[in-house]
Amino acid sequence: MINVKEFIDKNYTPYYGDDSFLAGPTERTTALWNKVLELLKKENQTGPIVDDKTLASITAYGPGYIDKDLELIVGLQTDEPLKRTMMPFGGIRMVKKSVELYGKKLDKNIEEFFTKYRKTHNDGVFDVYTQDIRNARTTGLITGLPDAYGRGRIIGDYRRVPLYGVDTLIEEKIKEKDSITTINEETIRLREEISEQIKALKELKELGNIYGFDLSRPAENAKEAVQWLYLAYLAVVKEQNGAAMSLGRVSTFLDIYIENDIKKGILTESEAQELIDQFIIKLRIVRFLRTKEYDELFSGDPVWVTESIGGMNNNGETLVTKTSYRFLNTLYNLGPAPEPNLTVLWSEKLPQNFKNFCAKVSIDTSSIQYENDDLMRPKFGDDYGIACCVSAMKIGKQMQFFGARANLAKALLYAINGGVDEKKFTHVIPNLDPITDEILDYDKVMANYDKAMDWLVKTYVDALNIIHYMHDKYNYEKLEMALHDKDVERILATGIAGLSVVADSLSAIKYAKVRPIRNEEGITVDFEIEGEFPKYGNDDDRVDSIAVEVVEKLMNKIRKQHPYRNAKFSQSILTITSNVVYGKKTGATPDGRKAGEPFAPGANPMHNRDTNGALASCLSVAKIPYDHCEDGISYTFSIEPNSLGKERETKINNLTSLLDGYFKNEGHHININVLNRDMLLDAVEHPELYPQLTVRVSGYAVNFIKLTREQQLEVISRTFHEKI
Amino acid sequence: MTKGRIHSIETMGLVDGPGIRTVIFFQGCLLRCSYCHNPDTWNVSGGYEIDAKDLFKKVLRYKAFFEKSGGGVTCSGGDPLMQPAFLLEFFKLCKENNIHTTLDTSGVGLGNYAEILRYTDLVLLDVKHHEEDQYKKITGRSMDSYKAFVEELYKANTPLWIRHVVVPGITDDEEHIRSLSKYIKSTFKNVQKIELLPYHTMGEEKYNKLGIDYRLKGLKPMDRDKCQELEKILYNNSI
Repeated sequence: MINVKEFIDKNYTPYYGDDSFLAGPTERTTALWNKVLELLKKENQTGPIVDDKTLASITAYGPGYIDKDLELIVGLQTDEPLKRTMMPFGGIRMVKKSVELYGKKLDKNIEEFFTKYRKTHNDGVFDVYTQDIRNARTTGLITGLPDAYGRGRIIGDYRRVPLYGVDTLIEEKIKEKDSITTINEETIRLREEISEQIKALKELKELGNIYGFDLSRPAENAKEAVQWLYLAYLAVVKEQNGAAMSLGRVSTFLDIYIENDIKKGILTESEAQELIDQFIIKLRIVRFLRTKEYDELFSGDPVWVTESIGGMNNNGETLVTKTSYRFLNTLYNLGPAPEPNLTVLWSEKLPQNFKNFCAKVSIDTSSIQYENDDLMRPKFGDDYGIACCVSAMKIGKQMQFFGARANLAKALLYAINGGVDEKKFTHVIPNLDPITDEILDYDKVMANYDKAMDWLVKTYVDALNIIHYMHDKYNYEKLEMALHDKDVERILATGIAGLSVVADSLSAIKYAKVRPIRNEEGITVDFEIEGEFPKYGNDDDRVDSIAVEVVEKLMNKIRKQHPYRNAKFSQSILTITSNVVYGKKTGATPDGRKAGEPFAPGANPMHNRDTNGALASCLSVAKIPYDHCEDGISYTFSIEPNSLGKERETKINNLTSLLDGYFKNEGHHININVLNRDMLLDAVEHPELYPQLTVRVSGYAVNFIKLTREQQLEVISRTFHEKI
Repeated sequence: MTKGRIHSIETMGLVDGPGIRTVIFFQGCLLRCSYCHNPDTWNVSGGYEIDAKDLFKKVLRYKAFFEKSGGGVTCSGGDPLMQPAFLLEFFKLCKENNIHTTLDTSGVGLGNYAEILRYTDLVLLDVKHHEEDQYKKITGRSMDSYKAFVEELYKANTPLWIRHVVVPGITDDEEHIRSLSKYIKSTFKNVQKIELLPYHTMGEEKYNKLGIDYRLKGLKPMDRDKCQELEKILYNNSI
């Protein structure tokens, strides 16, 4: 029986000490990383390297290296570092666009094959999409749906490969298949899926052979554990290009092997750190071929190789190990970077030494994010990982149906405009009377908003059901699912963008006087606001309660829908960089936001409307109920270093206290940026001086110089907490 | 049920005393310091009114942040001593609930200092200058009022952080700093920290908005490194 958690519980060594044991990079690692930096620089200058000849698969390429003499952990997605390859099962049109974007041409035979002979996910989805769904997409009411790219948000339990070896995993899958003897539609599909999984596991063994490793057996030492685990992950990113390809919760697992080797005297601390450094180098160079539209939504080549570090187990003991430290230490040994997306699972009971170290790392690198283990553990247990940015998932036992997000601010405008889009003037939501009052009435608007939400929820869930049906059919993630249990819980995750715009808009309507400014056709295109109104982000219940009400209402409507494949519904408040895209597509809103202006990211208050300081902002965000938002509530926090305190120790103490306080008040997630606004302004003008500058945006970290200028300016315009 | 007027609340004060603090900026000040960066707090009828109890309820929300960091509440402004009854009731509520209280003041207010200091855990005292004529030049008033507070402070033996603003051309020379340090040594007891605050110009915009003449117009901000050096000299000579 496959039970990774039991292995961890029995064998791991919790660590309560400080970071003084950590080792710097070896010469070999530094030389390797410098080579990679050169390659990254070149990539920034001349653009992505694209392979327009090869179709991706686990075994499509022979072995690839950066520099064989310097690499301890080996394996590349293709035969060359940073090369991007074609993954057509998501959609052939997208592949064609991407290939042409970089000056190449899609082979006619390949194009014909995936148009005439082998259908793709994208084609399947658009064959079934309703007119309502198409309308909602065109206007930007719902954006970023995974209908033209891999859905991601599936975390294979990569630990199973080093722990059991592939042969045992294949045996287990055969047993699983044999145990299914009743034949009906559901089991037919499951038996087929398991067959695909077994094929994938065999291909994984082949990949091992390509690099000279025998993956059929379990790993026998630390180096093999890291190498086996990496090859499992690598195999997945060789054939799947999901938006988020997260790693799971591997650091505590790997520590068991490392501790073992160190005790045996066959591994030094320096060598242990070297293994991790080299592993992380590989995770930093994962690349996918994308379209321009995709890059606007998800800027900066994100992969979301999210590793969940620390947390507590169900017995009240910490899961922090020395390797938790070693993973974070890579940010010093290799410099800051957005990948892997290092996520600390914070509990009040974490060892203070570890808390202090994390704060130090945030202050020095701004590269990590924090999530509330005490809030998630009761729901997800003690072996969950974060998929993508904020979504908790039991490793190997749960998978997600990723649903991007809906534009709740635009939905509010539809409620005012009788379902007519304020930019395109198309009629999107039927049976909705426009509001014709001179001054908006709160109750009337809420009643219409309720109706608009009903239509939105149905259309949105319809779209997601279609998408995931087709993705299962045409782009099944066979290896990732091979590293799951036979029976998997599915979570259908919707999302909200524009929550703070909505809360402030409704607050303005309720407490001030909002006068719609209508054009000749009677469509409201702007607003005049007279009087004061409370704004979200100031710990003011008058408006915060509106945000909470909207979130709850929406979730309850979603729960009433019928999910594909018996999935459980959940929602998140997270935007990635789509807060800029959504803002562009949305007209002026009743809170005073001008047409086209970006939304705030995630659950953040709108820029500069939090006037009572950062903690009031935190408390407003913490009020959003996790029970109705189990897919995550993203909050991004930026502060100038001098404002954190005078001395370094004070800064660290203040930051850990901030985290403790925020999570005690039931905040779910926080990105921490400790940066100078001046530095960011300089980086906009002189990107070449800041190649590794990492900034946390909603839900992930990104290389600042890879953002578009628009996105950069948006990040800079945000509230930077500074003392005057 | 005492009401007072405040300018604003900063919920994440990290440089206003120990730990994470909720900083209340009181409205009203008798001084008119040339370098003040909060001129919008001078007018006693500015800001907004709030009841001491309601203010306390807001502060209580941040208890989780205080506990871990050794923080609490700081009353600043303007000068909190301009509203002694309001300040006293507010501090009493804080102490009843085990919240650390810090008073950030120039020592110039309307009395009842001994009673207020009974509920004050820490004072951040802004020493404008120790010489009468220079003090008047900076603040517009004589030192008498300030001296009255200093006397009560000495009697109460409250833990004390001294702060002094370093302005280029006015308070930035070594001789002045040494003289200041002698003054501190002979005037105060229970001094736990001394901070030199470098003059900056981030508040200048406010003067334009209020239509008030900015007396230090054109003066460049104090060099931070030089200020740190002066702080070392001050520290070595005063403790």
